[in-house]
Amino acid sequence: MISRRVFLKDGAFALVSLGFAPSFLTRTAFAQGRAVRAKQLIAIFQRGAVDGLSMVVPFGEADYYKARPSIAIARPGSGDGAALDLDGFFGLNARLQPLQPFWDARQLAIVHACGSPDTTRSHFDAQDYMETATPGVKSTADGWLNRYLQTRRVEAATPFRAVALSGQLPRMLQGPSPALAMSQIGQFGIRAGRATETANASFEALYAAAADRVLNGTGREAFDAIRMLKTNDPLRYDPEHGADYPRSAFGQALKQIAQLIKSNVGVEIAFADLGGWDTHVNQGAAQGQLAGRLDDFSRGIAALVTDLGDRMADTVVLTMSEFGRAVGENGSRGTDHGHGNAMMVIGGGVRGGHVYGKWPGLAPEHRFEGRDLAVTTDFRDVFGEIVVRHLGVADPKPIFPGYDLKPARFPGLFA
Amino acid sequence: MRKTLRTTVAVGLAVLASGTATHFTAASFPSDDRTIVHVLNRAGFGPRAGDVAAVRAIGLQRYIEQQLQPDQIADAGVAGRLSGLTTIGMSSREIAERFEIPQLRMRQERKLQAARSGSENQPAPPPRATPEMQQRANQVVQDLAQQKLIRAIYSERQLQEVLTDFWFNHFNVDARKGRVRFMLTEYERDAIRPHVLGRFSDLLEATARSPAMLFYLDNWQSAAPNSPDIDAAAARRRQALGRRPGRGRALGQPLPAAPAQQPVNRPRRGLNENYGRELMELHTLGVDGGYTQQDVTEVARAFTGWTIENPRQGAGYRFDPRLHDDGEKVVLGHRIKAGGGERDGIEVLDLLSRHPSTARFIATKLVRRFVSDTPPPALVERAAGRFRQTDGDLREVMRTILTSPEFLSVEAYRAKVKTPFEFMVSTIRATGAEVQDGLPLVRAMQQLGMPLYACQPPTGYRDTADVWMNTGALVSRMNIALSVAANQMRGVSIASQSLPTDSRGVAEVILNGDVSEATLATIAKATTAPQMLALAVGAPEFQRR
Repeated sequence: MISRRVFLKDGAFALVSLGFAPSFLTRTAFAQGRAVRAKQLIAIFQRGAVDGLSMVVPFGEADYYKARPSIAIARPGSGDGAALDLDGFFGLNARLQPLQPFWDARQLAIVHACGSPDTTRSHFDAQDYMETATPGVKSTADGWLNRYLQTRRVEAATPFRAVALSGQLPRMLQGPSPALAMSQIGQFGIRAGRATETANASFEALYAAAADRVLNGTGREAFDAIRMLKTNDPLRYDPEHGADYPRSAFGQALKQIAQLIKSNVGVEIAFADLGGWDTHVNQGAAQGQLAGRLDDFSRGIAALVTDLGDRMADTVVLTMSEFGRAVGENGSRGTDHGHGNAMMVIGGGVRGGHVYGKWPGLAPEHRFEGRDLAVTTDFRDVFGEIVVRHLGVADPKPIFPGYDLKPARFPGLFA
Repeated sequence: MRKTLRTTVAVGLAVLASGTATHFTAASFPSDDRTIVHVLNRAGFGPRAGDVAAVRAIGLQRYIEQQLQPDQIADAGVAGRLSGLTTIGMSSREIAERFEIPQLRMRQERKLQAARSGSENQPAPPPRATPEMQQRANQVVQDLAQQKLIRAIYSERQLQEVLTDFWFNHFNVDARKGRVRFMLTEYERDAIRPHVLGRFSDLLEATARSPAMLFYLDNWQSAAPNSPDIDAAAARRRQALGRRPGRGRALGQPLPAAPAQQPVNRPRRGLNENYGRELMELHTLGVDGGYTQQDVTEVARAFTGWTIENPRQGAGYRFDPRLHDDGEKVVLGHRIKAGGGERDGIEVLDLLSRHPSTARFIATKLVRRFVSDTPPPALVERAAGRFRQTDGDLREVMRTILTSPEFLSVEAYRAKVKTPFEFMVSTIRATGAEVQDGLPLVRAMQQLGMPLYACQPPTGYRDTADVWMNTGALVSRMNIALSVAANQMRGVSIASQSLPTDSRGVAEVILNGDVSEATLATIAKATTAPQMLALAVGAPEFQRR
């Protein structure tokens, strides 16, 4: 495994040879006296509450099939579109097949029946609670990933330390620590038609000369970032190892995340999201609405993991959604808002090939409020384990205010 | 010229510093141009061409006094500009009838259709809102957002606009939560705006009774545990709500993280503490204001039964005794007798609005907004004292702040970084641009990271520099400067003949002449007038107020 120090030196050198060295990169290169291997986390939010029981199918439960006469995913081996057996009890939705190699390689772990102690079935509130990691508390000002960035002040932080490939900064990354949102790498920059170059140079000169310390610093980083991104033309980017990203917005967002990570610009946290999971009507089974969304989701993630190759040793991809969907299908062949859900964790350091979490069962008497998959793992224990054992935070308490984080409750995703 | 101005300020402050004066006399009140610019940037959204001269003519002290009495300032111009925004004068009932109910009906129909036409092999597409439906649903918040921008840009009652922005943000609700977007118009117009220079307790009670707040912080569905009528009441509310209230986009463009509302097929039963907690933490006492979790629960119990009458029809607040917990409560050591009914909530509001922590918390926030990110403790103390003496008279508190030496000090000058909203509005004011259509500006607010009426947490947007100064946001500001200056923002036009074409002239108009030599030199290098203008608006000096 190549250390980050080498990457950075090489990166900085390459940039110097192009005629400039961004200040943050030279800073980074110099600051790496202690070689700390940088870890990355790529967080993916499935907005709208994905049906976890269709993603990771409990085919060993008769109640699953009883509750879902028209939308259940068939047992493994029962033909096209049947679930892909994982462990004799759970199966992957056939549309998640692109992820199966990572399961087989023990890089993909699943935490099932995972979710929030808060019982809200409002997308709005539940997303908020998941992104702030303070279920039930609405006034939390910053997101949990921003609090992570705050606890780990990195002197050599680059503008790309936390990047969201989305139109706006997600709540998860909002807060005092800088984080960058952009819908497309190529669109980040000064736009003034034919006058772009002169405008860019003039603005840069204005901020470089500013006595105002805050604005001078932010300005310098902004123009460093613009220059850096110019050398990262998404149109000229070639994914490696045969990775094939979907042409969807989600696929392109993941592709640009990989591009940034591989450019060694100091990415630590990356974020992307995708919607379309709120399947109240005609959810479909092996084919249909949900299947189409899962296809985009799994092909995108598979391409990202493939493309990152060896770098996955230092990277974790985490997927989440605000809550699960009701066990029983509704009168419109869809599912209504539920409670517990499945999360996926992929990475070289992950103890994969296992479905984590205590399975509560789907019999009506085991369901939450008689209708939903119960929650047996608090989502904060998954976040917490990643923060502690992957990102290496010694004291995660400030990241999870009001929660008594205990390693004993961690699912055990990392050795 | 600039140098002489600075000397005047310095002399004035030196005189003041020699004593321990906490206010100016009419004779010592500063009147130099720089202080006038400062006041126009803080008690308003920045100077337009001619504003400094106008204030100089009447005197700064008198200008501040006028701003404290907005009802006496003629403001006919802005009324004309707002006349095209048809929904801003409507009641919530009217808005529901014209926008919400038709949308719900159409959604129901499409859903039924979809369910009928779908088969197992070929599922029908889910019932999505048609573009027209979407547009109609968005119109209400779009009108409101344009209204906010237009008032901030053109109203002569600048302080009232700054304070309406401040107090809405203090009592923040998010348009993207369910039907809040149909309740916002009335909320800002009737609950917030009339009270911003009135009594704090009136403002607090107006928000407590507003459907927007009752819905946003869930109090409308909070009920006494074991209340026998809950199921029936819940069923009635379900009926009233329709099963699946709309998902939609609050503003002109899709908002990421704009979640749909839950199908209200199983409302939470029993006590909901959200409002009780935020009422103390965010609206009154502040997080360190000295309350406990037990107080939160007791306050929540006091407010059970404060609910919304038939929300879908845009009806207002209603007290429902069947949902109310009639037992005794103890809030902050104060006993509220059993059987008080609706009075319980009123008693809590009285208690909180008179609490010394509230005076302090509100004073701190106001001083942070108007003076500095690090509020001078002595001024906070005096403003809080004024709050207590006057039973929360916000006009008096504002007078204390706006006439204080701390506010009018050199330390406060350009000490605040503009929020994106302040940047946007001051850009239009300084350039003298004419806004024919406010919608592109509304959209630009999203690009700048501060979508109007769509701040998710009840904390509202933050008011300190660290939040607004980051690389992405700064680049967006420069791009907006470029597009406004080049007349490329649709609906916004600058009469170029009205602007100077030399760098010093541009710096005078946009930056009131207070500009570094380096900035001036860079502006001078630009070859066209629009470029000079863009550089001045995008310059570091213009990002502060």
